[in-house]
Amino acid sequence: MIEIRNVWKRYLDKTVLEKVSLHVKKNEFVTIVGASGCGKTTFLRMLLGEVEPSEGSLVVDGEPLTPEPSVDRGVVFQRYSVFPHLTVLENVLVGLELSHARWLGRTFGRRRAQNEERAREMLAKVSLERTADSYPSELSGGMQQRLALAQTLVVAPRILLLDEPFGALDPGYRSDMHELLLDLFAELDLTVFMITHDIAEGFSLGSRLLVFDKPRVDPHNPDLYGATITFDLPVGHHRRLDSIVDTMNVKPGQE
Amino acid sequence: MRLINRRPRGLGIVASAAIPFALALILYVVASSIRLAENPDDKLLPDLETIGAAIERVAFEPDRRTGEYIFWIDTAASLTRLATGVFLAALVALLVGVPNGLVPWFGAFWSPAIRALSMIPPLAILPILFIVFGVGELAKVMLILLGTAPFLMRDIEQRVRELPREQLIKAQTLDATSWQVALRVVLPQVLPRLIDGVRLSLGSAWLFLIAAEAIASTDGLGYRIFLVRRYLAMDVILPYVAWITFLAFTFDFGLRRLNRRLFPWYGA
Repeated sequence: MIEIRNVWKRYLDKTVLEKVSLHVKKNEFVTIVGASGCGKTTFLRMLLGEVEPSEGSLVVDGEPLTPEPSVDRGVVFQRYSVFPHLTVLENVLVGLELSHARWLGRTFGRRRAQNEERAREMLAKVSLERTADSYPSELSGGMQQRLALAQTLVVAPRILLLDEPFGALDPGYRSDMHELLLDLFAELDLTVFMITHDIAEGFSLGSRLLVFDKPRVDPHNPDLYGATITFDLPVGHHRRLDSIVDTMNVKPGQE
Repeated sequence: MRLINRRPRGLGIVASAAIPFALALILYVVASSIRLAENPDDKLLPDLETIGAAIERVAFEPDRRTGEYIFWIDTAASLTRLATGVFLAALVALLVGVPNGLVPWFGAFWSPAIRALSMIPPLAILPILFIVFGVGELAKVMLILLGTAPFLMRDIEQRVRELPREQLIKAQTLDATSWQVALRVVLPQVLPRLIDGVRLSLGSAWLFLIAAEAIASTDGLGYRIFLVRRYLAMDVILPYVAWITFLAFTFDFGLRRLNRRLFPWYGA
């Protein structure tokens, strides 16, 4: 589905990414880990269309990637993903209204009622239906990220890009978010790219783990060479991984 | 308890706010009575009765010559000019500031020009305004507009640039066009900041208003103050100044309340 061919990203005196090639199939859940400054976010911003590669090409379903953000690629950032001036309901509603009402960006009457119903259904999926009329600043960090997910997914993107979405959350809360994300992943037709700094999260959540690192480093000029994908591992799906771990624990007793 | 941890409560808040005003009033009355005791015809610090009589005369009795209530005529004329000028400035600030901050090509064209324009001292071009627009209402409104719009334009532009990049990207992934980003993401978030900007620029708006009225006008609060100055009529000047202060304070307070009412999410 997504074909990345020999992509480089250079800035004036700095190479961020080099020789990145990757083929990702539909419905893969790709987690991305790596040290900070290793081009993970640049890579994600390229998939988003916000950053153009200096060399190479990104192709989605045989078409070159549109060089600006578009509705087929949803995104959740670590922060600032939701609109502070809209209520929880409006934050989800806005996606449905923008594509329907090209001039006003708002819908009215029956159309609005239909959209509102869809927005409320989406809110129910992330258990935020009871805070529909609150503003995001009244929500906790985790609730804001759930809202950001609902807001993104209501327009049914094919690709979901997540930039450390749970990085600012408590560890306890994070596992709840993992459950939610996996439920949504199973229910909706998605291909996911998720950056995380939590290696365990990278291993447990995805179906495929990418490690970004610099294979060559010039000690006199650290910016000379860029990072690339140094490991590309198939990893177990969360629940499957649990069962693998279980069998490993059981084995010594059997023998 | 440490001094930094003691806080005024209830009546203490009101009292501590009222004391400086009371002190100023007492000081004035004392100084006035000392001067009047030396010279009963002193006009510099009239006593409260004289001031009261002057207020009565200008605000509650029709003028002998024109039959108008001068004080209210002046107030209406000044506020109309002030409101028109500031409203137009706010409108221009939105129409220029938002595209300037949001659309790179637009900003590349207009941003440097506006930065240069905002360096022109508005009072220095007041004569030009009078020549070009005549001595009527238009020149006065234009002075307020030219005096306050550059600051507001640049303020709005800056606020738009300060919006998190993530929000603009997010809107685009929700299929928003440039116009929709401006309408549904940028504009609503910039409006409360515009009201704050208007609050800040009201001070200079008053300055330009009174300057314009002092030079060429036939009514208005600033006109009256500069007119009666010739007769050293402090009994009229002082209430006028107090009234202007009160009006300015009320607008500031009102706009702040309006902001909180209209945009409950703002500042949270």
